[in-house]
Amino acid sequence: MIRLERRPSPSALWTAITPLIAVLLTMLVGGTMFAVLGKPPVQAIAAIFWDPIFGDFAFYYRGQLLVKAGPLILIAIGLSIGFRAGIWNIGAEGQYIMGAICGAAAGLAMYPSESVLIFPLMILCGALGGLAWAMVPAILKVRFGTNEILVSLMLVYVAETILASVSSGLLRNPEGMGFPGSRNFQQWDAAHNTELIAGTGMHWGVAASFIAVIFAYVMLSRHIQGFNIRLAGAAPRAAALAGVSWSRVILLCLGFSGALAGLAGLFEVTGPAGQISIDFNSGYGFTAIIVAFLGRLNPFGIVLAGLLMALTYVGGEIAQLNLQLPGAAIQLFQGMLLFFLLATDVFTNYRFRVGGAA
Amino acid sequence: MDLSSINPVLLIASIMLSATPILLAAIGEMVVEKSGVLNLGVEGMMITGAVVGFAIAVNTGSPGLGFVAAAMASAVLSLSFGILTQVLLANQVATGLGLTLVGLGLSALIGTPYVGLKSPSVPKVEIPLLSDIPVLGPMLFSHDLMVYFSLFLVAAVWAVLKFTRIGLILRAVGESHDAAHALGYKVVRVRMAAIFFGGACAGLGGAYLGLARVLQWTEGMTAGAGWIALAIVVFASWRPWRVLIGAYLFGGVSVLQLNLQAADVAVPVALLSMSPYLITILVLIIISARGAHGAPASLGRIFHASG
Repeated sequence: MIRLERRPSPSALWTAITPLIAVLLTMLVGGTMFAVLGKPPVQAIAAIFWDPIFGDFAFYYRGQLLVKAGPLILIAIGLSIGFRAGIWNIGAEGQYIMGAICGAAAGLAMYPSESVLIFPLMILCGALGGLAWAMVPAILKVRFGTNEILVSLMLVYVAETILASVSSGLLRNPEGMGFPGSRNFQQWDAAHNTELIAGTGMHWGVAASFIAVIFAYVMLSRHIQGFNIRLAGAAPRAAALAGVSWSRVILLCLGFSGALAGLAGLFEVTGPAGQISIDFNSGYGFTAIIVAFLGRLNPFGIVLAGLLMALTYVGGEIAQLNLQLPGAAIQLFQGMLLFFLLATDVFTNYRFRVGGAA
Repeated sequence: MDLSSINPVLLIASIMLSATPILLAAIGEMVVEKSGVLNLGVEGMMITGAVVGFAIAVNTGSPGLGFVAAAMASAVLSLSFGILTQVLLANQVATGLGLTLVGLGLSALIGTPYVGLKSPSVPKVEIPLLSDIPVLGPMLFSHDLMVYFSLFLVAAVWAVLKFTRIGLILRAVGESHDAAHALGYKVVRVRMAAIFFGGACAGLGGAYLGLARVLQWTEGMTAGAGWIALAIVVFASWRPWRVLIGAYLFGGVSVLQLNLQAADVAVPVALLSMSPYLITILVLIIISARGAHGAPASLGRIFHASG
């Protein structure tokens, strides 16, 4: 008889190696899945994990890694702080869209000015847009105790409707021959989120994500607010007795994650995506949830997890191109990664004991 | 603006049609939550049911087989959630989200060859005599079998929870798993069975969406229906008949807004299409503000026998 015995505190060793085991399991099961689909499994796995870094066209794909990892890390950092406190913002996709819309709208109002203040203004409005969208579930939770999971998720669908509406209405390019979609920010220097170092994919959003990582690390490990957040998540009653304001934790966590998701949206729309269009959002808000867990809710872990997830995006594109692997297979692949991580996590919190009752 | 173009008989009939998938998923999830498990993967199970039901119905030409296959597929998928949360003691919120992501990816993968195909139609069952009543007949008594089945399921769940021993055990497990365990009930087994049932219901709901409402497969076609089902369980304060009311209310809103769009009402289309989601939020606020929740006491908590 195999029993589970709770560890007094989570094992540091297992915390570190479970993501690796999860990746290996995903490769195994994913490879089997590719074989069932009639694709060569080893080649497919290699296309996803090897080719983007060491393959023939790696000089191009390596840059793409940072482009994809930037928004994922930025959003996941915000989410991870909430998850630590037991506040489940799963509507980051909506905050990401609203940040992009608000930031882009603020910029487009100034068109065609070339002032240096335009891009900073757009960044500010992007963050505020995401913040405002996240404040809805936050204030409702504080005021009425409404479930933030459901509210933040419903707001994703609302944001998508707004996106569809503004990209063919309010923000449509007046010189775009009636096609939906805003002006292209890549052709407007004052509002373009340029590549800072050519060929690396390093743009302002990636820089912002690294700043966010350091900020989150300092806050969580060195600042009283970070301690309060961790305490509220680990022992809510102890936190309440110690005078931690639950309302403040909610507002802080949701506000922070909303602002970061909004920033990610703004950097995406002014950089890699280029314009507000009905499908500029690529589901980063949802994938970032996987990134946050895979990175063990730890800021530096999230950087590694974000890069890994970016690898599956870029590698997935390569596999789609070279092996005609369906795009959905990659989505499933990413979902499996989270599943295996949660499954192997049992080793972190429990010990397996063989034998009778204790 | 031409409101007279809205036919009340057709309106009620289509409300029943549009409420059925959410009703099926919500009543299943209610049973899961009654056993103390919060499965946030309803959306993923629904969309898996939708694609499997559609694929089987197209291949065999039989919608009935499609529904059976959809229920089985989603139930099996839900077992992965069961194993993770009940055996490997994973966090239910995270695992449920994972289930949704897996379901969305899996369904897109299975569904690729079926995009653009049309499903065989689900036959309508005209209830003898009753369906001949003017107005009421076409409104209430000439639907397909699944509409009646969903209503039967609500009644069945209500009766089982209220009057049977199985229902009592299920509720005991959901209210206090430690007490139920001390009495010798198999907490994990009861919960696994509830999760399995919830998965099957979500699968049926998803299949209904593909086979009876939309009549084709498109990626991500559930569009939040699974999440709305979760909201309806909260709205219903975990009571079967209120789940029915919630689902029909929601069906009413979504049909009405489509009718209003068609009737050229002077309200922006975007506002109308987001109204189902906004109203769900509004309802959640009202329910939360009122305070009386009625959630099972062990909802979402991890059960570990040796403490």
